[in-house]
Amino acid sequence: MKADIVIVGGGPAGLAAAIAAAKEDNTLDILILERDHELGGILNQCIHNGFGLHTFNEELTGPEYAARFESQLDELGIRYMLDTMVLDVSSNSVTAVNSKEGVFTVECGAVVLCMGCRERPRGALNIPGLRPAGVFTAGTAQRLVNIEGYMPGKEVVILGSGDIGLIMARRMTLEGAKVKAVCELMPYSGGLKRNIVQCLDDFDIPLLLSHTVIDIKGKERVTSVVIAEVDERAKPIPGTEQEISCDTLLLSCGLIPENELSREAGVEINPATNGPVVNESFETSIPGVFACGNVLHVHDLVDYVSEESGRAGRSAARYVKNKGNGSGPVIKVKNGAGVRYTVPSSVRTSELEGDLIIRFRSGGVYRDSYIDVLFDGVSKIHRRKPIITPGEMEQVILKNEDLEQAPSEILIRITEN
Amino acid sequence: MDNSFDVIIIGAGVTGCAAARELSRYNCSVLVIEKDEDICCGTSKANSGIVHAGYDAKPGTLKAKMNIRGNEMMTSLCEDLDIPFKRIGSLVVCTDEANREGIDELYERGITNGVPGLKILGKDGVKKIEPNISDDVVCALYAPTAGVICPFRLNIAMGECAEQNGVIFKFDTKVNDIRRTGDLWTVVTDKDTYSARAVLNAAGCHADELHNLVSDRKYHITARRGDYMLLDRSLDGFVEHIIFPQPTKMGKGILVTPTVHGNTLVGPTAIDTDDKDEAPVTSEGLSKVQEGAVKNVKGLPLKQVITGFSGLRAHEDGGEFILEEAEGCPGFFDCVGIESPGLTACPAIGEYMASLISAKLGLTKKDTWNGICRDVIKPFELPAEDRAALISEHPEYGRIICRCETITEGEIIDSIRRPLGAKSLDGVKRRTRAGMGRCQGGFCSPRVMEILSRETGLPLDSITKSGGDSQIVIGRTKDEG
Repeated sequence: MKADIVIVGGGPAGLAAAIAAAKEDNTLDILILERDHELGGILNQCIHNGFGLHTFNEELTGPEYAARFESQLDELGIRYMLDTMVLDVSSNSVTAVNSKEGVFTVECGAVVLCMGCRERPRGALNIPGLRPAGVFTAGTAQRLVNIEGYMPGKEVVILGSGDIGLIMARRMTLEGAKVKAVCELMPYSGGLKRNIVQCLDDFDIPLLLSHTVIDIKGKERVTSVVIAEVDERAKPIPGTEQEISCDTLLLSCGLIPENELSREAGVEINPATNGPVVNESFETSIPGVFACGNVLHVHDLVDYVSEESGRAGRSAARYVKNKGNGSGPVIKVKNGAGVRYTVPSSVRTSELEGDLIIRFRSGGVYRDSYIDVLFDGVSKIHRRKPIITPGEMEQVILKNEDLEQAPSEILIRITEN
Repeated sequence: MDNSFDVIIIGAGVTGCAAARELSRYNCSVLVIEKDEDICCGTSKANSGIVHAGYDAKPGTLKAKMNIRGNEMMTSLCEDLDIPFKRIGSLVVCTDEANREGIDELYERGITNGVPGLKILGKDGVKKIEPNISDDVVCALYAPTAGVICPFRLNIAMGECAEQNGVIFKFDTKVNDIRRTGDLWTVVTDKDTYSARAVLNAAGCHADELHNLVSDRKYHITARRGDYMLLDRSLDGFVEHIIFPQPTKMGKGILVTPTVHGNTLVGPTAIDTDDKDEAPVTSEGLSKVQEGAVKNVKGLPLKQVITGFSGLRAHEDGGEFILEEAEGCPGFFDCVGIESPGLTACPAIGEYMASLISAKLGLTKKDTWNGICRDVIKPFELPAEDRAALISEHPEYGRIICRCETITEGEIIDSIRRPLGAKSLDGVKRRTRAGMGRCQGGFCSPRVMEILSRETGLPLDSITKSGGDSQIVIGRTKDEG
């Protein structure tokens, strides 16, 4: 089998990348390989609204947002295969399996990695206790409720205040369950402010910061969990234990980009994001292999996924058309104090489409602080922000003409007031 | 149905199933009674998965004899049962010059027990075969015949083999009483009452309670908990042997080993508990596991943990396997105190108990007996051509359900439909590994639930994690009515 571009994954990133690549060059043969039995990825189970404010200037549900992309896919005649699991990736071939073709290899000119992310499971959190039914990651519970139409339980405690956990606090409440508490290990939430207000505060669900679950009870089904306050080193404080009776514990403790295929292919991974290191074109350390969406870095908003993925798709199309990469000076993008990572981590000015957007996350909560951008040590941007938290992705936009001076290094840091 | 049998085996763990398989060679009727919903739900489900070489046990003990014999039997047994077994070898690591004598003692004991191929390696020798070993290593005892096995697959395959040779299994059935009635034993359960000419007590942590119902000589079992951490398969190759510290009187200590499937396993602790059924992981336990692991292996990335679990060992006060006809109880046979090296020893224990019982009952061997089983077909373990043929004939073998372990719908269906098939998520997991990977069933559990529901005809809200009242969902959402 052959294709010009193979897109691994048909969620929001894969759809946007495929459409943008086809629009860039309508002669290209683009193939999406999707492991689930429908396109749209995790959007299918996100039936709440709030998607598309940036892309379409309106509030859509997840399935509506995905449908907009899927109809474009059809108009452009882009091929896709469902129930197809990719087993192996290199810069010029992708091996996959499905029930029709068996194990097959697609030879291709470029690959876009769009595998998304998975949730951190209980096992990876070292939560003590028994292992009864009733412990779910928030996303699994979301699938059971919104896709399968079944309730995971009636009385719920949520550990972790990631966005899916917050959304599920509201969803379970609307379905008649009692959400007794959301415990967050850190002294701040990992979710968006708007979700804390709309999903917890509006329903009087307590958010217990600096709290964790220290025991799970119940042999067959969860009967209670024990929570405790934690100190600055995230260790439970003796004497603060409280037992909460419940039949369900939901976990929303972080998302892990699914880079097993990328690692096996030899793609360089940034330990801060657990995603590939990419340049301005969203190209990884392997020429012709691009990455976007949550496999690259975990996003809060799907609109940014779509935007970045469009860029990755166009880059892949140009890579195939030009039979390789442009050359030119490379600017390194570095993360300084308070900044955990940046995407991209290098920039070739010759390949820029216009202004350069650099996205990043902070390593902690900063109030009344400044986002600083320095070109070779010289301040370029010094912007005040009332609050910066790890739960909300930040960005700086650098004008294309400013980059014509081509510094050798761009540094982004947070300066406390 | 006729409720009388020649032999009733109580417990479908490795001991009970090994004995069932061996007894199925004889002309006799055998019933296995298990209190849980499936094979391999007690002590057998949570252990290190190690086939020990046999240098630990005191010479002359049943533990030593059964260990050596079980280890010898394992290669051909695993071939017959179509399950993986890797003789990767073990190292008992000495990190303190003052304890060097302990290694010499273990070596001598191993030689007396008849362990083949034992060697004491110096620091350089150890480093050469295991580069990530602690720099403090002084020497180590190397035993090439030690290996790793999947305890679930061993246990289930022995049960399936027994079943294909006529053994009957009753699950979710708890024995409440055992009495002598004339020449027979009456076994009273929470469901039915059965009678048998002989009873084999293979009840793990509860074996003392069953024994004490019938015999004046009393035994006492303590449940000794062990916590473990299982690390991601991406660390495959970080260690290549089973790495033990020097043993203490509480056990063999915290080991680091590759599993037969390429994960890295770390543990166990040894903590005596009162509860014989529940084994919660504790944070103290996990801390001890972590401390123990890094003593012998440097730079072990414990952050790559994918799950923690704990199991219970059935430790009898005497510290020895009790494998005999109970005193004053003709036809009542005990397998009591089956702790480490119980997994290694189980084929030998099965063989030994079957010989005792067949002699007692005067059993004759069957003319035909089929000791060969096939495991769930694993398309990704087949040569490419065979796999292509399988998928074209059975497309469900091309549909991946568990992404992390690359497990297909075909394998899950097979695990449910086969004799003594899976009835729960955990049953599917133990037979296929679906849900055992790095996402721990986050993606695949709803799909496995659907397949279980379709195959069993039960509604989704009746599907359990592990039988009993462990339903995963409680009912429809309100707008679904």
